[in-house]
Amino acid sequence: MIVNGQQETLETPISVTELIEQRGLRPERVAVELNGDIVPRNKRSEVMLHDGDTVEIVTFVQGG
Amino acid sequence: MSTTTDNATAQNNTEPSLDELVGTATNTAILPEPDAHAYDAIATGESDPLILGGHKFTSRFILGSGRYDLNLIKATIENAGTQIVTMALRRCRTTDNNLLDYIPKGITMLPNTSGARNAKDAVRIARLAREVCQTDFVKIEIEHETKYLLPDNRETIKATEILANEGFVVMPYMFPDPIAARQLEEAGAACVMPLGSLIGSNKGLRMRDFIEVIIANAHVPVIIDAGIGRPSQAAEAMEMGADAVMAYTAIASAGNIPLMARAFKHAIEAGREAYLSGLGTVTEGHAVPSSPTNAADYLH
Repeated sequence: MIVNGQQETLETPISVTELIEQRGLRPERVAVELNGDIVPRNKRSEVMLHDGDTVEIVTFVQGG
Repeated sequence: MSTTTDNATAQNNTEPSLDELVGTATNTAILPEPDAHAYDAIATGESDPLILGGHKFTSRFILGSGRYDLNLIKATIENAGTQIVTMALRRCRTTDNNLLDYIPKGITMLPNTSGARNAKDAVRIARLAREVCQTDFVKIEIEHETKYLLPDNRETIKATEILANEGFVVMPYMFPDPIAARQLEEAGAACVMPLGSLIGSNKGLRMRDFIEVIIANAHVPVIIDAGIGRPSQAAEAMEMGADAVMAYTAIASAGNIPLMARAFKHAIEAGREAYLSGLGTVTEGHAVPSSPTNAADYLH
């Protein structure tokens, strides 16, 4: 699985909620995209990630 | 020679008077009648809101949040009196010390699409930004390189149309091409944000002539977005009729960041009030007296 551009080996299947927790992130501060589609907040616990998926986890940083 | 004084007096009597030179007889001919109620008719401050996508703002200062100590953000926002703060979206390694923890409640968050190279990237970033903070506001920035950071107007128009149709309040950063400004309006932009000069250059309104054309023809707010390097330049932008100013580098690179934010706030308010008041006419080649010029009343 590729997470934020890095190849990662994770025990799958894993839910989006679990992935966020595993990485120590606060769920209310991030958005998650799975294979190019946004995973809405209310679907994070039911959407499962598998080998070969591409995941982006993003947040806000300082910027003009 | 003994006749010098007499000659000079004689010459003075034949020269045109100051009134004749400037074509005015008395002060009342060049100044409007004083009107004690003129000020009442002009809405200012709270009664003169900036409206973006149906949302009202009383501050006309949009602040960039970039690259200064996170602990200064709250004081800077408060000193700026700003109600809109921009931010960027990036891959998340940690949510410790997250920017959003430092933004006071009630501030409208304006995510930008920096990093987008085309309309498709910008749309993707805008949707993700909405997912993070549930805001419909987005500032479109589409750039191909980092040397000049010039916006791609064509891709920006495309992204504006898509995002406006999805209900976003689209605020596009643009190169000040008056035709592109009109096309952005037609595509559903909530405002247009022409650059004054290159981002971060602090050079001010180098694109002034074209921004004036944009302002003269716009049906949406015109917000000067880049290159404003000092409060006097922000005031100049507002005096010429810009609806708001966005600044970041000028403030972030100041010796005292919150104080510079306050200086910008005052300059933007002063410029707005000057614009609303109506600036005086510029004259060429002669002065306009500000004291009475009736020759008979001079003490000589």
